[in-house]
Amino acid sequence: MKHLLSIDDLGGRAGIEAMLDLTDSFLEVQQRDIPKVPALRGKTVVSLFYEDSTRTRLSFETAAKRLSADTMTFSVATSSVKKGESLLDTVQTIDAMGVDAIVVRHGAAGAPHRVASWSSARVINAGDGCHEHPTQALLDAFTLRRHRGPSLDGCRIAIVGDIRHSRVARSDVMAFHALGCELTLVGPPTLMPERLDGWPVAVTSDLDEILPDVDVVYLLRIQRERIGQALFPSLREYSARWGLSAERAARSKPDTLVMHPGPMNRGIEIAGEVADSARSLVTEQVANGVAVRMAVLWSLLGSGGPIV
Amino acid sequence: MSPQQAGERDARESRGSVVPDGFGDDPLPSDAVLRTHVFDAADLRRALTRIAHEIVERNHGADDVVLVGMYTRGVALAERIAAAIGSFESVEPALGALDVAFYRDDIGLRPVAPLGPTEVPDISGKVVVLVDDVLFTGRTARAALDALHELGRPRAVQLAVLVDRGHRELPLRADYVGKNLPTRTSEDVRVRLAEVDGDDGVDLWGTPEREDERR
Repeated sequence: MKHLLSIDDLGGRAGIEAMLDLTDSFLEVQQRDIPKVPALRGKTVVSLFYEDSTRTRLSFETAAKRLSADTMTFSVATSSVKKGESLLDTVQTIDAMGVDAIVVRHGAAGAPHRVASWSSARVINAGDGCHEHPTQALLDAFTLRRHRGPSLDGCRIAIVGDIRHSRVARSDVMAFHALGCELTLVGPPTLMPERLDGWPVAVTSDLDEILPDVDVVYLLRIQRERIGQALFPSLREYSARWGLSAERAARSKPDTLVMHPGPMNRGIEIAGEVADSARSLVTEQVANGVAVRMAVLWSLLGSGGPIV
Repeated sequence: MSPQQAGERDARESRGSVVPDGFGDDPLPSDAVLRTHVFDAADLRRALTRIAHEIVERNHGADDVVLVGMYTRGVALAERIAAAIGSFESVEPALGALDVAFYRDDIGLRPVAPLGPTEVPDISGKVVVLVDDVLFTGRTARAALDALHELGRPRAVQLAVLVDRGHRELPLRADYVGKNLPTRTSEDVRVRLAEVDGDDGVDLWGTPEREDERR
């Protein structure tokens, strides 16, 4: 694996499982009094974020620092992008400084692939448009595996919300399907992709119908910026039909788990009580995100060979 | 790459790319031939029993001793030594397992993989006995010292190995040795343990073509 641009780069189930196994070693490092190892000393990791992000950027930077790599942060607001510098020129500038890995988030699908073709560094996709977010899918799979593992075969997962605009949903579907999960996409038809040919999923618009049967409810963020596009009538109506309220959560199995990639809109797609309840894995997802990104950085920069 | 790393890689290459470094389970070359059965199961048991007694003798008991096995076979060896000590002393020493992958000095020069989660009890003020199967260049032991240093401040660190095959590249020695086994660098020492490999024994392997390359 030279880059991590898509879940596909891991080479299916065996590769995904190898990465999750590797993550166990880094989770142990995370839990030490001194959570830092010298594994990537002398390597430089730059985060190139063309979109806002809190947890993904901080998570990658924490991961790099805990491996003793040096980090550089590029944010559009304070860079020469404001003067009109193109993505190509920006990447070439960064590349000329001699970096080992570039973590890219961009609003356009495929931007990390372009960066990979321009740079000699390893490239990690940290979210490209409505396309993919592979490290999010890895941390989701890792988190779920710690609760339902070691095998996720037959685990029933409902992914609820704005599937159409969600890179998390795309990567999660690929990763969870590869690990043997049964997936159902839930949401208003206007928030489903136009075509679902070839997606290994069932689709419904009725959350209440499938809720009692699922092992995991994965809620996606309602992207408020899209309300203007009139894809659903109002936040209130969305919340009433697809939001996971406390009453609705109570109708699921007692051990049904709740996941959310963050940032959460409390009271819209997820009720505050549910987000803070024992069945919620939300904060654990964030904690595991650092360990997963350590494993990814190590695989690309330190392992010296294929991980599978 | 730092000049230091570059120098190390050159040294490795000039020495021959197939030189085993005693780390992990690199497959034996396809033309490897078995030279000697160094230990059978009974020899191995006797060596570990002796090491167990030596550890207790030297440390005046086992109360403050923490046995820390280095993955993979060192972990199993540490467990056996602890059980042996428990059979003749009133206490069984504390046990730990250590993975040194992130502390190795050849990261980026060859494939390096974590072998298992590090689980080490509180070692501050204790006598840590590092346990490994084969002592060769000493680089794994050096990495282990670095790793331990971040987990606590032991009163002393000692090293126990089942086989010392020579060819040290660092100023290190073992405190407890099951067998001193003179070898050529082109040869390979393989320890088999029931917990990992199905049965117990130590074998010395060589390759016919490389005999005239001996140094």
